[in-house]
Amino acid sequence: MRRARRAGLNAAAIAVAVVTLFPIFWMVSTAFKPATEIYSLTPRPLPAHPTWTNFANVLNGSVIGMPYWTFLRNSLFVTVASVLVSSVIALLAAIAVARFRFRFRTTYLIMLLIVQMLPQQALVIALFLDFRRLNLLDSLIGLILLYITFALPVTIWMLRNFVAAVPRELEEAAAIDGAGPLQRFWKVLLPLVMPGLVTTSVFAFIFAWNEFVFATTFLGTDQAKYTLPVYVTYFFGKGSVDWGAIMAASVLFTLPVMIFFLIMQRRLRTGLLAGAVKG
Amino acid sequence: MLSSVKEAGTASTSPAIRPNGRWPLPPSVRALLRAGKTRRRLVPYLLLVPSAVAIGLMLIWPAIQLGEYSLQNYGLPQVTGAVPTSWVGLGNFRQVLSDPEFWSSLRISVLFALVVVPLTLVAGTLVGLLLNRLGRKMAAFVSTAALLAWAMPAVSASVIFVWLFDPDGGVADYLLARLPSWLGGGAHWSGFSWTNAPLPAYTVITLLVVWQAFPFVAVAVLAGLKTIPAELHEAALVDGAGPWRVFWKVTYPLLKPIFLVLLLLSVIWDFGIFTQAYIVTGELGNRDEYNLGIYAYDKAFTMPPAYGVASALALVLTVMLLLITAGYVRASIRQGAIA
Repeated sequence: MRRARRAGLNAAAIAVAVVTLFPIFWMVSTAFKPATEIYSLTPRPLPAHPTWTNFANVLNGSVIGMPYWTFLRNSLFVTVASVLVSSVIALLAAIAVARFRFRFRTTYLIMLLIVQMLPQQALVIALFLDFRRLNLLDSLIGLILLYITFALPVTIWMLRNFVAAVPRELEEAAAIDGAGPLQRFWKVLLPLVMPGLVTTSVFAFIFAWNEFVFATTFLGTDQAKYTLPVYVTYFFGKGSVDWGAIMAASVLFTLPVMIFFLIMQRRLRTGLLAGAVKG
Repeated sequence: MLSSVKEAGTASTSPAIRPNGRWPLPPSVRALLRAGKTRRRLVPYLLLVPSAVAIGLMLIWPAIQLGEYSLQNYGLPQVTGAVPTSWVGLGNFRQVLSDPEFWSSLRISVLFALVVVPLTLVAGTLVGLLLNRLGRKMAAFVSTAALLAWAMPAVSASVIFVWLFDPDGGVADYLLARLPSWLGGGAHWSGFSWTNAPLPAYTVITLLVVWQAFPFVAVAVLAGLKTIPAELHEAALVDGAGPWRVFWKVTYPLLKPIFLVLLLLSVIWDFGIFTQAYIVTGELGNRDEYNLGIYAYDKAFTMPPAYGVASALALVLTVMLLLITAGYVRASIRQGAIA
């Protein structure tokens, strides 16, 4: 009876995992199929004659006339720059709300919760007109500014828990030993908050790496500036669809995020919950 | 704001500084200490300046501008500067309300949330309950699979689903055509186009969004379940309650705050769904498949742009989302998340 129930649970678990992994599997499998197999009337799960052609087409740029590396470089630049800046800004704010009691503290926290929910597709209209006036359209710097800002509410909200978790006594002990505020920050708080900072920057990284609405709206005309999400959707819907190339491009675009997730799974799960469900 | 802080700083002088009040300090030293204290009071505000400036300029200001543009006649001639913008009062809103496309897009947004939110919550809760009862290795395997779906960028996920449901070579049509007819299968499925009409298109988007969103619910529910002492479940089981009763009498009441937050978050996300719907419905053009967000976007970015009307639409969307957000904020405060 008990064994039967266990077997039933495991069967259900495997079913869930298979259904969940299937689209990812299909993306990878298609990326390795030659065109004849992709458009075959009887699709097979695994490629009968696996090929690197789709990846080669994406990497050498024969699909849209520009190699994958151009877009990878744009994406990396935008993502790394925005993560570095937003982490610093978020840490300062997190220290303020976690370590100090002051007027407007609660107001600030509630403001963060609210602005986090403002829909991007609405704000993009006003931001587009602003950026046009400031000549920031078709500019990666403009995107970086946006990604810094849009990552802030969640990262501050999450980081504040990590800062609050560092015992105050440690800093007080350092103060008694004669450490000034800056020294206490560098020698005590920062090393202890580092794991939290890493977790929140992964979230900021994923946001910037995946972001589509702003990128596709602001980088409209200048292909050389495209980030990877815009690139992946660009050659989709234009004339005859080359699914092999699209799947190969999505694999190359998705891979970094997946690897990040697998390495940092446990930490991210805590962060995920701390960010959205409970403070 | 700052002046009130300064006043507070000067008002509360000595007691904290001179614990015993024994050695009176020379006025110059006292002034210095006071200055130090005032400065300390300013520290949190200074720390908040960079984030407040960024959020103010790029999140709050554009939201205010939407309000301004929505009351203006703002199109291409106004952008190029050929014609100055003019105030049109509530004209844009009147135009929106009498526009059948607005109502059809609003209906799609509402129906989509009404279908997807319960599906996501039920699927996520079931998987969360399952994870809680699995062995350690199996649970790790399933939750890793689920988190991979969650981590999938919306763009990749959308592109994959369009390919899965492609009429030429997509695996969904292939499988449906081979399904026995009593399960709804049949040859009419081969070559079926999913993106040509609203209902099939949103069926694909529903599957896509549930697939990406259930892991979050599952992980949150699992975290909640871990906080419930096992004895409670055992006691209920000993009393002869079946799993259905145990869930509604023990688990659900204890996890109610978590479910409330998950419900509100799901409503906000699904009502405001954009990227997935935008890509699956073919990146503008299929007007009968627009949801509210896509309709606003289309008004602004399809030639000729109508920024005034687009802002009015965007504002309607924003206000609706903020109303739900108000519930979310209240729930968060009640849970003590803002302590």
